[in-house]
Amino acid sequence: MDRFLVQRLGFALLLFVALVVVVPILFVLGVIVVEGSMAITWEFLSAMPSDGMKGGGIFPTIVGTFLLMLGTAMASIPVGVGGAIYLAEYARDTWLTRAIRLAIVNLAGIPSVVYGLFGLGLFVLFLQFGTSILAGALTLAIMTIPIIISTTEEALRAVPTEFRTIIASLGGTRWQGIRGVVLPQALPGIITGIILGLLRAAGETAPILFTVAAFYLPRLPHSPFDPTMALPYHLYVISTQVPGMPLRIQHGTALVLLTLVLSMNVTATVIRSYFRRRRQW
Amino acid sequence: MDKGVIVTNRGGISGRRWTEVPIEATIRVLGFSTIGFVLLIFLFLLREGLPIFYEVPTGNLFGTRWYPTFELFGTLPLLLGSILVTVTAILIALPLGVATAVFVRELAPDWVREILKPMIEVLAGIPSVVLGFFGMHFVAPLIRNIFGAPTGLTVFTGALILAYMALPTIISVAEDALDTVPKSYRDAGLAMGATQWQTIWKVVVPAARSGILMAVMLGMGRAIGETMAVMMVTGNAARLPLTFDSLFRPARTMTATIAAEMGEVAQGSTHYHALFGIGIILFVLTFLINLTAASAIFRKQRRGGLR
Amino acid sequence: MVDAKIRIRQLSYSYGGAEALREINLDVPANAVTAFFGPSGGGKTTLLRLINRLNDLVEGTRMQGTILLDGENIYAPGVDVPRLRRRVGMVFALPLPLPGTVRENVVCGPRLAGIRDWGRLEEILERSLAQAALWNEVKDRLDDPAVALSGGQQQRLCIARSLALEPEVLLLDEPTSGLDPISTAKVEESLFELKQQYTIVIVPHSVQQAARVADYAAFFLMGDLVEVQEGTRIFTTPQDPRTEDYVTGRFG
Repeated sequence: MDRFLVQRLGFALLLFVALVVVVPILFVLGVIVVEGSMAITWEFLSAMPSDGMKGGGIFPTIVGTFLLMLGTAMASIPVGVGGAIYLAEYARDTWLTRAIRLAIVNLAGIPSVVYGLFGLGLFVLFLQFGTSILAGALTLAIMTIPIIISTTEEALRAVPTEFRTIIASLGGTRWQGIRGVVLPQALPGIITGIILGLLRAAGETAPILFTVAAFYLPRLPHSPFDPTMALPYHLYVISTQVPGMPLRIQHGTALVLLTLVLSMNVTATVIRSYFRRRRQW
Repeated sequence: MDKGVIVTNRGGISGRRWTEVPIEATIRVLGFSTIGFVLLIFLFLLREGLPIFYEVPTGNLFGTRWYPTFELFGTLPLLLGSILVTVTAILIALPLGVATAVFVRELAPDWVREILKPMIEVLAGIPSVVLGFFGMHFVAPLIRNIFGAPTGLTVFTGALILAYMALPTIISVAEDALDTVPKSYRDAGLAMGATQWQTIWKVVVPAARSGILMAVMLGMGRAIGETMAVMMVTGNAARLPLTFDSLFRPARTMTATIAAEMGEVAQGSTHYHALFGIGIILFVLTFLINLTAASAIFRKQRRGGLR
Repeated sequence: MVDAKIRIRQLSYSYGGAEALREINLDVPANAVTAFFGPSGGGKTTLLRLINRLNDLVEGTRMQGTILLDGENIYAPGVDVPRLRRRVGMVFALPLPLPGTVRENVVCGPRLAGIRDWGRLEEILERSLAQAALWNEVKDRLDDPAVALSGGQQQRLCIARSLALEPEVLLLDEPTSGLDPISTAKVEESLFELKQQYTIVIVPHSVQQAARVADYAAFFLMGDLVEVQEGTRIFTTPQDPRTEDYVTGRFG
């Protein structure tokens, strides 16, 4: 057969495969947006669930997810950014540094449900936080840290070395160089990384299964030691554990979760491309 | 004459102000903290999971039946369930992922790439529980109608969802791998009279082989640890998937077992310890997979020279 | 030689085993322009960077010997390196403004040193820019991004940035290598003014430039200091045949 005909068939096949990858994504988004938007009303977003979750709204799950995000951010940002500063600005190439990198790769690869087990063992039981926002947020934070470290380190390394040399030549200490020039210049990249890390945590269910999540708790939490409902866990519960659940509510919940996560995704992308165009190096 | 000092320099900017000492000490501690987290996680898994090994005879642990209510803790069906789902998922995702990466890198015009890349990023961002939900309501009925599986909640359904979850990882790592193949290879292929198609498959893809292998490893790591979607669509029957029709029958993975049962067990019970024991297996498995992938990354970096 | 500001004694230096400088002995006189010249790879820039300890940033190096600034060994243990670098300023081969405005660039050093008073910083700003012969060109553009200046202006900005710290010594590493002839002339002119106050060490980007600006010239070849002479004698009557080969253009 003519080899150029083969090539044309081959290219057509590749195009077909790319469509096989992309079309289902569009389909998932389309279905959830179309079906879900029918459920979205002000009441759905702002009311407590009622009638065994078959009526009312999903307000406490939204609040719960935001509180978890807040706790996760507070715990993971300092550790993640600090760890990245160490790796990018201080660490020399020693076996210890390689061990840190290995630890990061492995933290990033630990299954989310194993994080759940760990959170149960350490925070809920050993430290006696109980199933609480605190225990869940700390579990999610440890899961988020490797993501924040990798993205932040990349952002720090992208800042030209010359800036550090100039600051040193002007009598600045290393920390002055980091705080005065490197961190501000890397900030957009760091923020992007933090958002990407947090959005992973926002959508996770397995780590909060045994650490925070309340099956049905139609009130807002009072303290960090309270359990709470959360969006992803709620979606799991209403789509598998509650017989006769109206499909409309399931789709609505899925849409709210998807909107939250994807809007964070878009924000991160916009920040990244906006500052990449504006920076002076 | 003053012979002077010998200064052997270990790099770094000398001199700091006293206010910076605590800051830099904190940063150092934070840098090392990740090692602490890994150790802490392993320690707590061992603490809660090791007792299972003296509470239950080994024969039972590696037996073929998982019925915790009857004190049967055979992990074999769960292990095989995980492996079957993961391998099937990779078999689906690998050709799709590599072909898409080749398409994006080698063929697609810029505007197509500008659409495809964000789409794939969006896929990476969709929470697993949403994909599981979608799988239950749309994929499972499809499988039921096409293959006649009673509920449609089968190994294949799970593998299909998992394959799409692993795709973003596989595509991006494979793309990087294709990116590192020097342009001269492509030119050489074309100069010898090969078509672009032949050059891609006979020269470029083989040259990116090790990178693609790494993509497979990372995709596998991702797939074997995936929990929610798998639990929602594979049917969760702890049976040994050894027959030919296993693909279209339900199975249960290690992750799903933990997620489904941990909520109902008493702390400190044998069942509780058994679930942590599965956690140990998962931890070690993913550790080994990521270690392999990471050693490939570190090797590549060392060859790369700087940093 | 009179009144040496910097004395370099028996200085050897190597990067990961490769020798960059061999047993250098050299006095740098105060209030004059000393030029280190020679073919690239001769160790000029390395020596320059050793004088304000910038090579501390490079890993895996080894130094032997002493560098004395006003009679004090700058490599002695316990030396306050940031303070040393404020006394010995550095201008790099490529004009590299820091991100930010013209004003922020100039006052960066003093602020790192802890000066917070903007009144004083404004004085420093005007004085440094004037010394670098830039004030008239940028006095209305102080809040523009530094990268908006032309290449020549950027390099004089970098000189002003170093001068803001009122250093005693100014090190210039091929400061005109990226500039057009007119900007180069402006920079060279400013050196004549500056040497009244400062000790200047320059790695010129050509033999011609060395001849134009140098009060003292030192010829470096492959890690060795071959010859030092006052004024332009090294270019007219070199003592060492290797120097003669180089300045007459036989190699390099």
